[in-house]
Amino acid sequence: MGVRIGVVVFPGSNCDRDTVRAIELAGADPVVLWHEQATLDGVSAVVLPGGFAYGDYLRAGVIARFSPVMRAVTAFANEGGLVLGICNGFQVLAEAHLVPGALLRNASLRFAGQQVRIAAERADTRFTHGLEVGRPLRMPVAHGEGCYFADEATLDDLERDGGVIFRYVDADGRPAGPDDPANPNGSLRAIAGVVNAAGNVAGLMPHPERATEAILGSDDGAGIVRALVESAARAANGRAAVGAR
Amino acid sequence: MTSFRFAVNVLPKPGILDPQGRAVEGSLGHLSIEGVSAVRVGRRVELTVDAADEAAAAAVVDRLASELLSNPLIESFAVEELGATSSVVATKAN
Repeated sequence: MGVRIGVVVFPGSNCDRDTVRAIELAGADPVVLWHEQATLDGVSAVVLPGGFAYGDYLRAGVIARFSPVMRAVTAFANEGGLVLGICNGFQVLAEAHLVPGALLRNASLRFAGQQVRIAAERADTRFTHGLEVGRPLRMPVAHGEGCYFADEATLDDLERDGGVIFRYVDADGRPAGPDDPANPNGSLRAIAGVVNAAGNVAGLMPHPERATEAILGSDDGAGIVRALVESAARAANGRAAVGAR
Repeated sequence: MTSFRFAVNVLPKPGILDPQGRAVEGSLGHLSIEGVSAVRVGRRVELTVDAADEAAAAAVVDRLASELLSNPLIESFAVEELGATSSVVATKAN
């Protein structure tokens, strides 16, 4: 039996099945967590998957933030538990202030459904270990509100403290400028994914779970899922170690 | 208890990219309208609050506006008091 990893299902989630499969492929046991439940069934990590939780009414992710399961996820995160938000899951984490910044409407005003390249900024986090820094990874994005925003001071702090873990890059691995087609949504400083200061909560807009097998067109996302599974296994084996980066 | 009617107007903060506002500006040429600029698109939420007095109702609205209706990182809000209303009207409005 592998490590147990929760996948939250909100009304409107639509990447939960893909996430479940990606977790299975990485050798872990996915546990589906319904949005109305107030406990996490003892899982060692939680993934908030993509979709349109609660229809994305008001602002993407904000209604989900106040659901019973998010109270449990917030408590889990505050105790050092591993939480990864993908796409809509990232928006939920940002609205819950569990990761810094906000996701604005795409600068193009268009829904971005396309292949992108991202590269890990660092390989010493619990979400990126095993990845090669700067190597372009191909995977899809599918969102209307993915333009990463934080004020300049917050962005500077993030860069200094290693809070940026993924950036949109071109084919050569160079970070994409705001108007570069390689940056699908106009994200400031081409930020595609961030981690919180404690190192246990991360979010990214692209979909690694949709790029975990060659038949899907790319398996570049598998390393990100694997990093989460390995970190969860470590957390499960040594509860005392939870909270260390 | 009295029912109080409020409106909360939410707008993107100055300096925050507002592609919707830009799209509206972009369409002005099609209407042959000139001299319009700085368009910002936000949202307006109207609601009724039952409370002992207006100050208590306003406090509820303020919390709702800052925690749910707006994201303080990117949006500002302004509350308009639309006055007391009978609870019968409020029920119908719901």
